[in-house]
Amino acid sequence: MAEANNMLSSDVSRTNPIIKIKKWLIKDIKRNYQLYIFLIPGLVYLFIFDFLPMYGVQIAFKSFQISKGIWGSPWVGFDHFKRFFKSYQFINILRNTLGISLYQLIVGFPAPIFLALVLNQVRNKFFKKLVQTVSYAPHFISVVVICGMIHLFLSSRNGLVNIILGYFGVDSIFFMGRPEWFWTIYVISGVWVGIGWGSIIYLAALTSVNTELYDAADIDGCNKLHVIWYIDIPAIVPTMVIMLILRMGNMMDVGFQKTFLLQNDLNLPASEVISTYVYKVGLVGSQYSYSTAIGFFNNVVNYILVVLANKVARSVSEVSLW
Amino acid sequence: MRKIKRQKEDIIIDVVSNVILTIVLITTFYPLYFVIIASISDPDALYYGEAMLYPVRITFEAYRRVLRDSTIWLGYRNTIFYTVVGTSINIIMTFITAYPLSRKNFPFSKIIMRYFAFTIYFSGGLIPTYLVVKSLHLTGKWYVLVILGAMSVFNVIVTRTFFQSTIPEELFESASMDGCNHFRFFLQIVVPLSKPVLAVMILFYGVRHWNEFFKAMIYLNNRKQYPLQVFLREILINNALSEDMHGNDMTDRLQSEKLLELMKYATIVVATLPMIIIYPFLQKYFVKGTMVGSLKG
Repeated sequence: MAEANNMLSSDVSRTNPIIKIKKWLIKDIKRNYQLYIFLIPGLVYLFIFDFLPMYGVQIAFKSFQISKGIWGSPWVGFDHFKRFFKSYQFINILRNTLGISLYQLIVGFPAPIFLALVLNQVRNKFFKKLVQTVSYAPHFISVVVICGMIHLFLSSRNGLVNIILGYFGVDSIFFMGRPEWFWTIYVISGVWVGIGWGSIIYLAALTSVNTELYDAADIDGCNKLHVIWYIDIPAIVPTMVIMLILRMGNMMDVGFQKTFLLQNDLNLPASEVISTYVYKVGLVGSQYSYSTAIGFFNNVVNYILVVLANKVARSVSEVSLW
Repeated sequence: MRKIKRQKEDIIIDVVSNVILTIVLITTFYPLYFVIIASISDPDALYYGEAMLYPVRITFEAYRRVLRDSTIWLGYRNTIFYTVVGTSINIIMTFITAYPLSRKNFPFSKIIMRYFAFTIYFSGGLIPTYLVVKSLHLTGKWYVLVILGAMSVFNVIVTRTFFQSTIPEELFESASMDGCNHFRFFLQIVVPLSKPVLAVMILFYGVRHWNEFFKAMIYLNNRKQYPLQVFLREILINNALSEDMHGNDMTDRLQSEKLLELMKYATIVVATLPMIIIYPFLQKYFVKGTMVGSLKG
């Protein structure tokens, strides 16, 4: 490197900068050609499976025909978008998507923070470890099995939940067949799966708190509630803000797999979201252009939300993604 | 006086937090525990809600039937194969991509990192990706499961961060004085020094392959190639078992439905057990990996 730099500076007076850079580059490639070889597979992979699909997004503005290919298909402007906005399902799908997301934000977002703050209070190392180990476990269970468990537990005939409700004299509820229950089932099961795993990042932020702060608080006569309020919570605010911004960027993404696996004809009015609709229209119905347009609309809204959230966060709390 | 008051409040906080954690512990543990006791209880006991806290009239009939079912074994075999092959490819791709990007004097690392970040924020979406896969004639081939998703940009960034912080630039310089090239340096020094991140990556990618369901559902069409999760969906959610088990009259039907339920619980145990057994041993690595990731993410 030093050698290359020397060569670079000594050449400055003699040749123009472009040739100079070229020369230096050729030398670097000759010297470090192995590094370049290392990179080839990764770059090829990203080009094919990330950038080609991005190029393919243009079919959202075209009438895609397989025989003509992506480039040869005729342009139709915003026709697909207009069709989606005007379709009778649009309002319902948007309502479900945003509704589930908001519900998740309000219930699912604070849950791991709360768990981390409480875990941080516990002195008994064994008990703390036990709670952590058990609460992380659902994270490793596949979404198919989670949904299978949900179906079994919520069965109206003899599901676990209905049996327990029966002890309290509540009549059996047909959870999976009632649209009004779908959002709650989705969000609560999400909390069950994610609360432990989600708390890790906040616990990490809490362990980085300077212990002198706690000692000082002790001398000043603070009780634990004060410590949580004035030391612990401020310590995790930056992490919270970052996680919140990231979440805003997923506002329009209600997990496809779980929704799809919990969906049935009866709860469809509450469970049809953008991702499942894209799948049905695009892959099942083979309306490639229309489906891509819906997906593209989804991504654009996500992108706008994350940029806005980042702006707000930067002006309010001085923490931001970029 | 103040001291006493303070202790009182602290005791309340202590009690409340222990109570909350106990509730969290029970609500997380009990459903998992119930799946196990349900799978070995008598079908009637399960049906009438008798087996709630401990297995009642223990029977392994459900397991006998589930394990006799050839699809479970086929799914298992396929999933193990995809997980081993897929994870190996993931690790190689991730490591060889992260290494050049971690070298300080590599001229393109900045621009490539930007190109990587771009792929995190933007994606073509389901249909454009599907069309690319289709045009490459990968649909219906088993290797679509290991090629698609061969590298996660996020994991490359985590690995790169690890390399940057543990393998000093001077180490390569002195090694290269002794005539060591990048290939040898990578294999003999970088890889052996990176065991912690290697463990994390194997686990992250491994879990992903083990639980993969969507890609198999949309890209594969031959039952012989299906991974476990696709069969699990048929059994647990689409009730595929029920067809060949229904008897003719009503009592038969109810009886077989009870047994079917038992078999679903047994299937969950059989499919999830490997993860649940391995996971506590690897927990510290997972946790470490999330932390490394959170530094950058």
